Amino acid sequence: MRAFSNLFTAIDQTTSTNEKIDAIVRYFEIADAKDAIWSVALLTGKRPKRTVKTGELWEWCAELLNIPTWLMAESYHIVGDLAETITLLLPANADLKEYALHEVLYALIDLNGKDIKERQDYITHMWQHLSPAELFVFNKLITGGFRMGVSDKIIIKALAKHFSIDENIVAHRLTGSWDAKTTSLTESVAAEDGNSDISKPYPFYLAYPLETPPQELGDISEWQIERKYDGIRGQIIVRDSQLFIWSRGEDLLTEKFIEFHSLPGILPNGTVIDGEILPVKDGKILPFNVMQTRIGRKNVTKKALQEAPLVMMCYDIIEHEGVDLRHLSMQERRLLLEELIANAKQASAEIPLLLSPLVHATGWEEVANERSLSREYNCEGLMLKRKDSVYKTGRRRGDWWKWKVDPLSIDGVLIYAQRGHGRRANLYTDFTFAVWDGEELVPFAKAYSGLTDKELLEADNWIKKNTTDKFGPVRSVIPDQVFEIGFEGINPSPRHKSGIALRFPRILRWRKDKSAKEANTKADLLELLKAQL
Amino acid sequence: MIAFDNKGIYCAQAGIYIDPWQPVDKAIITHAHSDHARIGMGSYLAHHLSVPVMKFRLGADINIQGTGYGEIIEINGVKISLHPAGHIWGSAQVRLEYKGEVWLVSGDYKLQDDGISTPFEPVKCNSFITESTFGLPIYNFPAPQLVHDDINNWWRQNKEEGKNSVLLAYALGKAQRVINKLDPAIGNIFTHGAVDNVNALYTATGATLPNTRRITHETDRKEIQGAMIIAPPSASNTSWLRKLEPYRLGVCSGWMQLRGTRRRQGADRGFVLSDHADWEQLNTAIKDTAAENVYVTHGYKALYAKWLKEEYHLNATEVETLYVGEQADDTVDLEPSNTDNNEGIQ
Repeated sequence: MRAFSNLFTAIDQTTSTNEKIDAIVRYFEIADAKDAIWSVALLTGKRPKRTVKTGELWEWCAELLNIPTWLMAESYHIVGDLAETITLLLPANADLKEYALHEVLYALIDLNGKDIKERQDYITHMWQHLSPAELFVFNKLITGGFRMGVSDKIIIKALAKHFSIDENIVAHRLTGSWDAKTTSLTESVAAEDGNSDISKPYPFYLAYPLETPPQELGDISEWQIERKYDGIRGQIIVRDSQLFIWSRGEDLLTEKFIEFHSLPGILPNGTVIDGEILPVKDGKILPFNVMQTRIGRKNVTKKALQEAPLVMMCYDIIEHEGVDLRHLSMQERRLLLEELIANAKQASAEIPLLLSPLVHATGWEEVANERSLSREYNCEGLMLKRKDSVYKTGRRRGDWWKWKVDPLSIDGVLIYAQRGHGRRANLYTDFTFAVWDGEELVPFAKAYSGLTDKELLEADNWIKKNTTDKFGPVRSVIPDQVFEIGFEGINPSPRHKSGIALRFPRILRWRKDKSAKEANTKADLLELLKAQL
Repeated sequence: MIAFDNKGIYCAQAGIYIDPWQPVDKAIITHAHSDHARIGMGSYLAHHLSVPVMKFRLGADINIQGTGYGEIIEINGVKISLHPAGHIWGSAQVRLEYKGEVWLVSGDYKLQDDGISTPFEPVKCNSFITESTFGLPIYNFPAPQLVHDDINNWWRQNKEEGKNSVLLAYALGKAQRVINKLDPAIGNIFTHGAVDNVNALYTATGATLPNTRRITHETDRKEIQGAMIIAPPSASNTSWLRKLEPYRLGVCSGWMQLRGTRRRQGADRGFVLSDHADWEQLNTAIKDTAAENVYVTHGYKALYAKWLKEEYHLNATEVETLYVGEQADDTVDLEPSNTDNNEGIQ
């Protein structure tokens, strides 16, 4: 625990990527082999299943410290993180003990199914024998959400440096499902692929948003232009006559997507396609919320299959006949993809695979025009990919850009505020906005992001001075401040008082120039909804 | 005997306000921070050691009288005396006694000995007015010596790695206690103008501080290599600071106990060092006064008052004031800032 909590502290104390990488490399050098693989699992978000409930942590902590639960709750609202709150509340321990990281993890996993007394004894025992830095890590192991400021990219770089192997190879080996319990770092990262896992996806190549005028990208003939679909980015893998479907979040979703289950007979073995999984009915792409209702279900009903049949809009081919194609150019890969899909269509006309159509344009003006039509296609915008680009790992600038349409927007009045979490703990940063319905304000969106740090402080200050009521962690404020809320889409929602739900709402601007009376109305929102359908 | 009105804390019998925020005839000032010592009072009474700082900040021509700790001044039957609050140089709690009833106005205080201010002295009273800046059990400050050791180690390591160390600390109070515990054997110590001005006032009234140099146009870049530079929080994100590259940035504040605040500051290191009382210190101070009435001002006043009522069965009331305590984020800088007068390195 000590070495890992020191690593955590070192990472937490720097904003420099290189220093973070160095700290991780130093840790790998000294860490016990079992600890090392677990640390990679934790840093890449592969936490074991939780065995202690939040409520139990509250109770046990209040009992151990003999403090009222209301005081714990208020403390939590200030800190914004349960693991940190408990760490701060616990007194400094004199009797420190050494535990290996993997032992602690095994012990936590082992609590599953144990009776409450045994679980409480273990947790409170640990609370009394760890240093503050270790306590924080320990509590985080229980509650999860390790936001250490370490991206997968940093881990990959550190591992590549430690083992002196190529980053792309590390990235690929780390993708997909592996279990820290049954493997080691050397096995999972450094070993040559022998009998490697056939389900393993490739790390996705992701685009940055285009921030400059497209003209600056140069000659349009060097670019492949496609629409940017709004579904679930995924990889379809067929190997050894088996199908695996991975989402970008590295969830294995094969079971949920019944539509694709016939693919192993149709696609040749050793095929990996990158694309977007979308609901399409009668040749028309359905809005994202249709998809959402489908993936939320445990069992896919016949009705759901009929209402929202899924297809993959294929963007790219990453593996063909068992060969990794990432080093080929976009143009070469596209040809192979077209050929593959054409062959598959011949084998079976009904296959749920579509080729992402190219947007043809002779100038950037024309491209801009196509982009403005995105919503008609239920698309988010355009993708610009350099024809000679290789398939890279993670989010990279330069060769691939996403050029989204400008968000829809509406002016709302700030009515409630709540304290944020993490970096925003102790500041009122989580806002609820309302629009006018006659003389009444109806809430229509919550938004957390979009303001600068400076604006957040200013808003926090304003909120504290203009609070009219407090209920729990929420403050209601004088309805006076207007904010422009941007969003990607709008859908009907019977659950909300406003009757609508927004997709990706965020704050675009603080409209200090507007009075509350000038904010938009519920009728304006319904108008936008009508225009979308 | 004491009332809270829209101008401040008022003792009608003596006709005097304590730390008023509107102009009044007579004011007793607990300490020289700008949310407690404001401009425009007819006359001021404060501890001797506060006088030079107040003259510097409020004007040399203010009508101010200095007094020592424990000296009794009687006004219209009210016995008034100042007692060490341990907050900063010359900070005082104000004791007021009339016909056997004792009130104590603590201003800002801490029980930790910071090695430079006169340490806090517990005073018995019937009614106690306390701040509550860190009035929640999540605030448990480490022993100051541990923090000073951390600061020196951090400085030493930064120097080894070819970086300068910039430490943000309030110009009045915090900066001096930090400088006082720096190890001059590690390297040169430089100060921002705002800090240097206060240092001069401290040393003129008897403080001994390690040698420091003010950063000016003439400061040689070579000399700040590996140096420690002490600046007020308002220096962050200024061109003054950027000229000190390459540096690592540290922040000294009680708020650094919270990871969120620490990360929001964009600093490399947060050092938990406060001139306010943490949870244990507040509770200890209140118990030691033996007061039955407690008035809770700036901080987590509602929560802390509730705690005092439930846990210690005291008559605890929250009071609205314009005091701000330690600022979590430097939105309102309380220090006279010299960042705009081109003092930085060329």
